[in-house]
Amino acid sequence: MAIDRTLYREIPVTNGLWASAAVLVAFLLGAFASFVYVEHHGHIVTGMTNQIVWGMPHVFAIFLIVAASGALNVASIASVFGRMAYKPLSRLSGVLAMALLAGGLAVLVLDLGRPDRLIVQMTHFNFTSIFTWNILLYSGFMGIVAIYLWVQMDRSVDPKWTKPAGLAAFVWRLALTTGTGSIFGWLVARPGYDAAIMAPLFIAMSFAFGLAIFILVLQGLCRLADTPLGQGTIDRLTRLLVLFVAVVLYFTAVQHLTNLYAQEHAGFEAFILKEGGLYTTLFWGVQVVLGGLVPLALVYGRSAPVTAGLARLVSGLVIVGGIAQVYVIVVGGQAYPMELFPGYEVSSSFLDGEVAAYAPRLPEIALGLGGVALALFATGLGAKVLRILPSNLSDHNLPG
Amino acid sequence: MSFRMPNGAKVEDRPTRRDFFKSGAAFATMTLAPGVTLMAFGGSAASAAVDAGKRWGLLIDTSKCADDCDACVTACKTENGWEGNGDAERDVQWIRKVTLKNKATGHESSMPVMCQHCESPPCVDVCPTGASFKREDGIVLVDKHICIGCRYCMMACPFKARSFVHEPVNNQKPHAPRGQGTVEGCTLCVHRVDAGGIPACVESCSATGNGAMVFGDLLDPSSEIAQRLAEFPSVALRPDLDLNPGVRYAEI
Repeated sequence: MAIDRTLYREIPVTNGLWASAAVLVAFLLGAFASFVYVEHHGHIVTGMTNQIVWGMPHVFAIFLIVAASGALNVASIASVFGRMAYKPLSRLSGVLAMALLAGGLAVLVLDLGRPDRLIVQMTHFNFTSIFTWNILLYSGFMGIVAIYLWVQMDRSVDPKWTKPAGLAAFVWRLALTTGTGSIFGWLVARPGYDAAIMAPLFIAMSFAFGLAIFILVLQGLCRLADTPLGQGTIDRLTRLLVLFVAVVLYFTAVQHLTNLYAQEHAGFEAFILKEGGLYTTLFWGVQVVLGGLVPLALVYGRSAPVTAGLARLVSGLVIVGGIAQVYVIVVGGQAYPMELFPGYEVSSSFLDGEVAAYAPRLPEIALGLGGVALALFATGLGAKVLRILPSNLSDHNLPG
Repeated sequence: MSFRMPNGAKVEDRPTRRDFFKSGAAFATMTLAPGVTLMAFGGSAASAAVDAGKRWGLLIDTSKCADDCDACVTACKTENGWEGNGDAERDVQWIRKVTLKNKATGHESSMPVMCQHCESPPCVDVCPTGASFKREDGIVLVDKHICIGCRYCMMACPFKARSFVHEPVNNQKPHAPRGQGTVEGCTLCVHRVDAGGIPACVESCSATGNGAMVFGDLLDPSSEIAQRLAEFPSVALRPDLDLNPGVRYAEI
């Protein structure tokens, strides 16, 4: 069977494109209104407190930042590992990775107590802080992925440079997710963090979250551009996705088994795994079952190729499970009380020794959703003005 | 441009370009210098008082700390101008009374907990801008001018000693600047210490007659705090973290 040439085209302007843009702009406006509201009144109007200091904005931001590095994997698989079936998807992979990172960072910055002091952060660096290193890793990621895209898209650049650029981006993205995981892994104070496994766990999470978003965005853009998307591609991507899901489950199991072995962490483990109410439900029900075991069963339980609808369902479940996982890590890790002195119960007017309550309010949810909207809008804009989407993704282009 | 008077003196009739730049530089210096040097703490005036040969600390004798006494908390509020609105979750608390109960024996101790002024403070390690900093005399502070309100220090502090200002603040004390959207905590009354005084909490504790708090230089063997620490057993909170806090507790 003859293989068609892979041509990349901007997505055409259609009513569907305008409608999608309008919906995303509405979310962006909502996020902006939320930002102005919180900036004016202070964080008192959010659900965040002096007990739960990082809330919904951080859940969204960390989810998006982790997913960003994972979204680049499709390009890495093509350039670094030489799997040609993924090659036509490389450009979209790079643009989506940058867009997701921009969305996550926007949420993080707009939730700062003093977002007007962003320039302070750009001029004062404390190099013992993993946050500082992350700022450099995030900025570098944008630059390296931009170069990677340019190498792929500029015909005057010798294609031999694609692999080195892809390799650099791949190594950088591993460092980036290590940095994001270490935000928690290096926190010695709280029993839910302080674990080296946070870095590889976050890398595994990024593989799954990023690919799940990629599958949904790819299907959405192909529909908007009226581009055929072969079932072989969908099947291949979705089977890879559930493999990543299995890896996330593995690291999650090791994380909790390690903690269970140490008596000092028994209280925290009992909280997350057994007695934590919402957190326990989110962990077992949403993260492990809905976001982990169900996708595995749905895909590995069938011999026929994965359909587009099933791919959407599986990707959606992985995303919902992923948000639950980040919520349990970020909020659950803070909700469990810190021990002031080993062997002693603690109580005070500042809610020492008590499980902290957290009820997210509209402003912080709107801000988080705005980050998602920004990522999707930027990806759509990228597909509109740049030639990143192949004009034909039908199966007979798949090698072997 | 210039001309000469009959007596030969040279007179400038209007500023030259060089004069303009000179005056501009002078103006900029006058305008910016106070801003540059005016840091909330640790600025030029405060730094002059910092003695690297000292390490300020507190010893809290929990056997003398009455369960129902919160004079130290009240004194800190008055001294530093922070006050809650009755919202325990969001109010700032620079110092709080905590009850520790031994899980095995049921024995209870009451004691104030505030910033422990660690020798290796996790809040300073994690602060991305360096707003969390430790003075050479061991006092851990927040530079309110470069705190961006990321709250990573609050995630990192094992003692819940840092609070985020959730609302606009009024009636600030000149010596204890505060700001919505920034993080704050116990300053060990650095403005008093630099002037040769003692923290307000310690002063109020003495005034009640309990005398549960001793302030002084941990490095001075002749100081009361150093002598009592050398003579009697004491512990640090979260000793497992090995942060070597400047605040020590006796008789827990």
